[in-house]
Amino acid sequence: MARSNRKIFRYLIPTFIILLYVGYAGVKVVYANEPIKETQQNVENVVADSSVNTAETSAEHKPAEEHKEAKLDAGKLIMEHIADAHDWHIATIGHNHISIPLPVIIKDASGLHVFSSSHLHEGEVYQGYKIEEGKIIAENGNDDFYDLSITKNVAAMFIAVFALLWIMLSIAGSYKRNGIVAPKGIQSFVEPLIFFIRDEVAIPSIGKKYEKYLPYLLTIFFFIFFNNIFGLIPFFPGGANVTGNISITMILALFTFAITSFSAKKEYWIHIINTPGVPWWLKFPVPLMPIVELIGVFSKPFVLMVRLFANITAGHIIMLGFFSLIFIFAEMNTGLGFGVSIFSVAFTTFMSFLELLVAFLQAYVFTLLSALYFGMAIEEHHSEEHH
Amino acid sequence: MTILNILLQAVTDPGFAKMGAGIGAGLAAIGAGIGIGRIGGSALESIARQPEISGDLRANMIVAAALVEGAAFFAIVVCLLIVFVK
Repeated sequence: MARSNRKIFRYLIPTFIILLYVGYAGVKVVYANEPIKETQQNVENVVADSSVNTAETSAEHKPAEEHKEAKLDAGKLIMEHIADAHDWHIATIGHNHISIPLPVIIKDASGLHVFSSSHLHEGEVYQGYKIEEGKIIAENGNDDFYDLSITKNVAAMFIAVFALLWIMLSIAGSYKRNGIVAPKGIQSFVEPLIFFIRDEVAIPSIGKKYEKYLPYLLTIFFFIFFNNIFGLIPFFPGGANVTGNISITMILALFTFAITSFSAKKEYWIHIINTPGVPWWLKFPVPLMPIVELIGVFSKPFVLMVRLFANITAGHIIMLGFFSLIFIFAEMNTGLGFGVSIFSVAFTTFMSFLELLVAFLQAYVFTLLSALYFGMAIEEHHSEEHH
Repeated sequence: MTILNILLQAVTDPGFAKMGAGIGAGLAAIGAGIGIGRIGGSALESIARQPEISGDLRANMIVAAALVEGAAFFAIVVCLLIVFVK
């Protein structure tokens, strides 16, 4: 009796979850649809612009906009979710925006201004500053100030750092207490990753002196991994596009570049200026080879930066695009919205799994390439006769 | 005369920039597809020849695929810049 019950559950639970998904998407479509049934102009408007509002069509939008509150500007929606913001928008129920206002910290000639971003809501001006297109600008037009605000990405980074510290410190504490025993709990999830980074990434790439670089490699790997995963969670405290912010990836790449340059041995720099095994006429009188190698020195961290940024941002754009597809189709026809929602939700679920893989993979690739660059930088000189 | 008209439109009309962005993104997708297809194909061939090292091959295949995708994403980023930055 118990055996056969369990077999049924195998099919019941996934079906139930799928039905939940479809029902949820359908309910969202119905609520998005209600205000826009009145005007017929909507159809032309939706067909006319599908991404960014252009100046020419905004005049036609004006009369229609008073009737429909839920017209979807897919491009703007996607950009809002990708970009940084001064408040953390959690939900919009009806007309109420539920968001957490984050502190604005501005340092200018008259000192340090710290205030909540709720003062700058909806274009108000406060202490001479206002928010325009997501950025803070001064009312009188000068830009001689430093915007050190805690924005959404900064707050999300703090959350990820807090999670990292909590997990890693508790693991370190349990190692100290129990010694080298079989791991339990969160340790059994993190320990294989640490061993993986050490045995598959650090030691093969760097060699004997890997211990000096292992803390940095582990930090980079877990920081990127945790931030990627948090970015995939659609509700607070996840959902902020941290590693898809090119400033953050630029800093990470700069760290790798700095460590590579500062720990590089003399052979490394000599190989750049005077690459062995290359004919002399490539180096003198026109130093083609040194220029190519120098470009390589700068392009390697640059590529690190762009690879991580583009992968994560593209993943978020794809998922947001699939969700927006539901609403774009729903505005034309409610039935179409329902139909597309099944396809869209299925596709988004599949893309979410892919994004999980990408989250881990991009962290791994960043760490692997950093380890490779370190290994190349500290490579000992092996004389040519041995070849 | 009509050729000149078309050329004049192509030079001044801002919509052509978006068409270029679209074509560029498509070409990037083709490039990524060809590259990763070749990587997958040779990985499968090697696994068929020597199934016991399939774990090693799988790891290397994924790394190479990530690097090739990085190049495709360069093109995507440039196309996004064309479309969304005034």
